[in-house]
Amino acid sequence: MEFPLYKKRDVAIIGIGSSKFGERWDKSLRELAWEAAVPAVEDAGIQGRDIQLVIFGNMSGGLFVGQEHVGALIADFLGLNPTPAIRVEAACASGGVALFQGYLAVASGLYDVVAVGGIEKMTDVPSDRATLALTGAMDSEWEAYFGATFPGLYALIAQRYMYEYKLSRETLAEVAVKNHYHGSMNPLAHFQFKTSVERVISSPLVADPLRRDDCCPISDGASCMILVPADKARKYTDTPVYIKACTVASDKLALFEREDIVTLKATVEASRNAYRIAKLSPTDIDVVEAHDCFTIAEIIALEDLGFVRKGEAGRLYEEGETYVGGKLPVNTDGGLKAGGHAVGATGIKQVVELVKQLRGEAERGRQVSNAEYGLAQNVGGSGATVVVTIVGR
Amino acid sequence: MMYVSARLNSLTMIEQLYYTRYFHDRIFDIDGGVYSLNVGIVGYGVYIPIWRIRVDEIAKVWGHDPNTYREGLGVEEKSVPSIDEDTATIAVEAARNALRRAPEVPPNNIGAIYVGSESHPYAVKPTAATVAEAIGATPSLTAADTEFACKAATAAIQACMGLVSSGYIDYGMSIGADTAQASPMDALEYTAAAGGAAYIIGKSKVIAEIECTYSYTQDVPDFWRRDGDIYPRHAGRFTGEPGYFEHVVKCTLGLMEKAGLKPSDFDYAVFHQPNAKYPLRAATMIGIPLDKVKPGLVVPWIGNTYSGSSLIGLAAILDIAKPGQRILMTSYGSGAGSDSFSLMVTDAIEEKRRLAPPVRYYIDRKVYIDYATYIKLRRMFKGVDY
Repeated sequence: MEFPLYKKRDVAIIGIGSSKFGERWDKSLRELAWEAAVPAVEDAGIQGRDIQLVIFGNMSGGLFVGQEHVGALIADFLGLNPTPAIRVEAACASGGVALFQGYLAVASGLYDVVAVGGIEKMTDVPSDRATLALTGAMDSEWEAYFGATFPGLYALIAQRYMYEYKLSRETLAEVAVKNHYHGSMNPLAHFQFKTSVERVISSPLVADPLRRDDCCPISDGASCMILVPADKARKYTDTPVYIKACTVASDKLALFEREDIVTLKATVEASRNAYRIAKLSPTDIDVVEAHDCFTIAEIIALEDLGFVRKGEAGRLYEEGETYVGGKLPVNTDGGLKAGGHAVGATGIKQVVELVKQLRGEAERGRQVSNAEYGLAQNVGGSGATVVVTIVGR
Repeated sequence: MMYVSARLNSLTMIEQLYYTRYFHDRIFDIDGGVYSLNVGIVGYGVYIPIWRIRVDEIAKVWGHDPNTYREGLGVEEKSVPSIDEDTATIAVEAARNALRRAPEVPPNNIGAIYVGSESHPYAVKPTAATVAEAIGATPSLTAADTEFACKAATAAIQACMGLVSSGYIDYGMSIGADTAQASPMDALEYTAAAGGAAYIIGKSKVIAEIECTYSYTQDVPDFWRRDGDIYPRHAGRFTGEPGYFEHVVKCTLGLMEKAGLKPSDFDYAVFHQPNAKYPLRAATMIGIPLDKVKPGLVVPWIGNTYSGSSLIGLAAILDIAKPGQRILMTSYGSGAGSDSFSLMVTDAIEEKRRLAPPVRYYIDRKVYIDYATYIKLRRMFKGVDY
């Protein structure tokens, strides 16, 4: 199938906002929405009443804080009633899918000013309850029922990958070390400290070969963006960032049903469509936000996104090319590992970071110089939903 | 004080006002300085059961990585109560040791006994009455069990301070003792231990004057055990920042502000010790060097004795402190609150501390057991008529 089937107009991002990510025991779900949305509205230079549609990604308000109906809650608390407000869900890709929906709403010509966001409050429940909620992102009948967990599934992927491509344990740890380095300069990051390969590989074993420091944390957080038609963007801001493509692909929910577990076919599919729509190739991308829920996921993502051939991503880490200043800076905000993974928020948080990078507004030390194009990859579950977004100046 | 009250009745109103204010100022507040409550510790004693189980032994049973727990908690082993030991027997042993250090105190002159614990043998029937009977303090006294998670006994010390400084009683005794419960396989199982400490509060022959106390309390659901539940439950990492650190740090800072003291004024500091990491981190946050904390850090060898925790730590300091040294102690009870104390060691410490076994004696007096024996001693085997 050829994409796009029909696009009426281009879309621009004119405002961004993110809460601090982390264990936000001081803020409730609705207060986190406020912390992200108000800066986004202020950044866009609009008023709340200008917003015509609100779309928020949220994976499991019900299991995490006993709150469903999150769309209306956010519109209510932000004083936006009676604006239509919708919550969308695609596990950890909920935020990316919210952006996709907002993009459709503006690109189709139906809405002019749309607030898209993502939000999750995960630390109000003990970690076993949070794990249970996250397990809902896999095939509950054929995976979760038999005791699978996400660290377990990604450990299988890591074992296979390390066997097939001779990836070393140390190189895998470099993913976390690099993301912590970037996170240490991001005041909104969950973890703002550096780590080392030694520390990562001696952290407690979770699911062999993945250790605690290979896994992203459970976080609270929210992010928000304001979308308008590209031709109206200059009315609001001198630094609009354009959505060159926003694509979604799906795959088998269960890992064991896939032909190859060391590649996420949905990432390949969504990114191929995104490059075609944006009329860009991987070499044009200056900064990447990859979904590093586990260290192995970032390695596989860079290959599936077409930056290197299968089995070769390890070399980028051995040579330090994924740091700011390297050939392919990845997760300049600390990614999920250090930046935090508030599941429903992540897809939006990634693109907020790209906008910051493209505007040149990132903190000292983690600003990619002269970034023109950025790409975000947001994964739901073990890859059954993938959203790829390319933004440009 | 009773003498003062009697005198007041025979004075004119102006004189009464003058006297009341004079004594009020003397007793309760001195401008910008340390309180002079004129009360202190006249005797202290501890007791720790002989049995120990190593963290490695527990980890082996559950397939956990022992290094993760040993290094993560900073705990090597924990004390385990014998099959015939409970909070009452531990409290009695500690109380007897406290009395040994205060030979001038006739047991029947103790006007109040409080036992703070999370593991009173009876839900209804006071441990404090059993202890009072065992040490010969009955019948002319008030007694009660107190509950505030791990700080029930430091709250009771404050109650004793009030009763003693007001002249209502001559001596009060507060005991913190626990045979701490923990659900098997829970992280708590690695630290939940048994032990206790008893403190006699009085006005004369004090070994450490209590210069000032300050408390900090908020409703925080970090750790709890509902009526009828066997094991406590906790909110994981939430017990850290919003629980322990919020209260221990702010209470200690509050005490220092109230007393006009700064971290460098203290020679030793003791904080509640659920593990070895928390008290050391709290000290760093407050600005107290770790070598002032480590002498009172007993948790690596005995585990977390809950209500006994900070008080056994204080006893370990009293075992070595010199006259004129100042000690900071801050307890923590989940739920949540802290009591902070500033103590000034007196000359009387030298002769009194030799009269009962030091904390070190009980730490070194140990026999290791395996997990099965541990389960037997904690009466956790099902279907056995113990």
